[in-house]
Amino acid sequence: MDASSPLASHLDRTADGGNVVVNIGPSHPATHGTIQIVAELDGETVKRADVHCGYLHRGFEKEAEHHTYHKVIPYVDRLNYCSALNNGFAYAEAVEKLLGIQLTRRCIVLRTLLCEYNRVADHVTCVAASIMEMGAMTAFLYLMTVRDYIFEHLNHLTGARLTYSYVRIGGLARDLPEGWLTRLEEILVFTERYLERIHGLLDHNRIFIDRTRDVAVMTPEHALNWGFTGPTLRSTGLALDLRKDAPYLAYPELDFEVPVGIKGDNYDRYYVRMCEIDESIAMVRQCVGLLRDGPVSVDDPRVTLPEKEAVYTEIEALVHHFKLVSQGIIVPAGEIYVSHEAPNGELGFYLVSDGTSRAYKLHVRAPSFVHMGGMHTLLEGYEVADVVPTFGSMNMVGGECDR
Amino acid sequence: MSERAPLSSDAIERELGPLVERSWQGFGMPVLELRVENLLPLVTGLRDKFDFALFLDVTAVDYPERSPRFDLVYHFYSRRHNQRVRLKVPVPAERPVVPTLTGHYGSARYMEREVHDMYGIEFAGNADLRPILLYEGFVGHPLRKDYPIEREQPVVPYRTA
Amino acid sequence: MAVMDYMTTKKDELVGWIRKFSLFPYPFVTACCGMEFMAVSSTLYDTDRFGAALPRFTPRQADLLMVVGTISHKEAPILKKVYDQMCEPKWVMAFGACATSGGFYRNYGVLQGIDRVIPVDIYVPGCPPRPETVIDAIMMLQERIAGDHHPILPAEQRGREPSHANKVFPIFPAADGVPPSQT
Repeated sequence: MDASSPLASHLDRTADGGNVVVNIGPSHPATHGTIQIVAELDGETVKRADVHCGYLHRGFEKEAEHHTYHKVIPYVDRLNYCSALNNGFAYAEAVEKLLGIQLTRRCIVLRTLLCEYNRVADHVTCVAASIMEMGAMTAFLYLMTVRDYIFEHLNHLTGARLTYSYVRIGGLARDLPEGWLTRLEEILVFTERYLERIHGLLDHNRIFIDRTRDVAVMTPEHALNWGFTGPTLRSTGLALDLRKDAPYLAYPELDFEVPVGIKGDNYDRYYVRMCEIDESIAMVRQCVGLLRDGPVSVDDPRVTLPEKEAVYTEIEALVHHFKLVSQGIIVPAGEIYVSHEAPNGELGFYLVSDGTSRAYKLHVRAPSFVHMGGMHTLLEGYEVADVVPTFGSMNMVGGECDR
Repeated sequence: MSERAPLSSDAIERELGPLVERSWQGFGMPVLELRVENLLPLVTGLRDKFDFALFLDVTAVDYPERSPRFDLVYHFYSRRHNQRVRLKVPVPAERPVVPTLTGHYGSARYMEREVHDMYGIEFAGNADLRPILLYEGFVGHPLRKDYPIEREQPVVPYRTA
Repeated sequence: MAVMDYMTTKKDELVGWIRKFSLFPYPFVTACCGMEFMAVSSTLYDTDRFGAALPRFTPRQADLLMVVGTISHKEAPILKKVYDQMCEPKWVMAFGACATSGGFYRNYGVLQGIDRVIPVDIYVPGCPPRPETVIDAIMMLQERIAGDHHPILPAEQRGREPSHANKVFPIFPAADGVPPSQT
């Protein structure tokens, strides 16, 4: 059975006679997920590269138009699945702003804490995967252990290791269980200890430096022109960070720095991510200090389910519960664009509501998608073996790129 | 940091007034509505006068019972003013052609390809409008309201034995 | 003859034992389940204890195709091509809800289960499945391989179809009543 390729590349026709056109992916160990890079090679040098994405297109935006706002939450989780909570909180903020809901204090601090905690997990995953592809198995396994402890810990809180579905419009699904904060501190100490080892293994490692220094160099103007945001943009030297420029949640109260790189090469992207992990750990500790007792979900009858005892004893609460679950929450008509600093860059949700319980249009501004648009500029002119570290340093997450 | 004064829709209207049909503030963001012909001059003006150097996003909204049918929505970010702006361009269904922004921003290539895939809006001047999220042979534009969500177009024949 | 049957059975047991403890997976990773695949291969859960740790990133050298994550219609020809390139004997594991049945994505873009295009030996439920579930699935697959026929001698192979076609696999009708074969 001859299954043809779903997409044609112009390089097949326009490549130079003496050059070889090579297909990398979409089923490839180093293209995390499903990216196809068609590269025209002159010996080992990549002359031109054609990056194809879309092999994981799961119709998120169409699904969002057919489901109520709460039912979209699991779909939102699976966008950037390495840091699912960040996606959920950005989406919930878009809906909450249209509803005009003010979150409780505890919810704001908890959401900030979980954003930073998930950022640690995401950067750990990115660094682990990209260095494994360069051959550093030990560092990969150390980071996987750290990440697994974080997953089990979040499993204790939310019920799932990876795709949490923890956010609710107007708050969170549940409050922290007993002993969660103690275990959090243990995991942070453990993470710091293991990050020391990673720094020791990689920072001054001749092989690592040779493979990543001065590879895929980007200037700030180039980065802005091609739409890069997040650690990729900050590695060029520009300190653009939504947590500082347009602070949301509890970020105005946190004391942190925004690490920037010097050259915009792969080494800088790795180092910026490692510094951001340190900053995030410090922010998580600050959030623990800011936590006070209180309700975790806002008490707004438009969005919050009534208490279980009331549902079982009072008819109004029963009907209220029924309407909220079956019909969904009704969001006033309007449009809004909310963007958060996700671990990959600026994650934006453009929500258009028509006053019913389903979104009229929900668009995700995915940082990975835009980065894939500009990635060919970072591959051209470098060796074919540099494709792997460059691609790894972009932290392309398929769910977010193809949505 | 000190001169990062927020920008309001009035300030933009004052500078680039004739290019804008309407403008308002939407949740802290200036929103400008304009006609297709004024898109390129307005984007050039925004980039040169107000430093909107980061092209964030382009997408479209489908209003099938309205004419013009589509609303093309652009988002930009200005470093100097630390401000995002939204542009809305109504596009008719009979002639869904819009000038491309690939001459201004490299990131427009992929984002315009996606809008073309999902809505069928042509971007005149974008040399590469191949399907990006969909595949060769896919008929129709899925994010239009008249495309049923369950209509699959499989590429590989299903197994029978 | 009874003695030949006894020898064949013993040979099958031996070959089954060898094959089940030296699985070479081809991790066809697409989406979120890939994170759990990385976790199950790492130190805390470790598929190496079962002999199934060493991934072969070329289908020619692999015998277990682990389809990890959602397969879209755009990816389906790639999946079919990779499956066709694998040599006998081969097994297919549908890792996760999306590979099993499309998950909770029921739209124009997602293939509603990889068994519509390739035969599947074991389905692993979960979104994503816990690493223990994956290990349970590997062990079940190993039991199946252990009890299977392994026709490796030339005398057994004359006039045979490929092994994967001999097993009984469910066939699913299309959702909207249109016959599964496409023009």
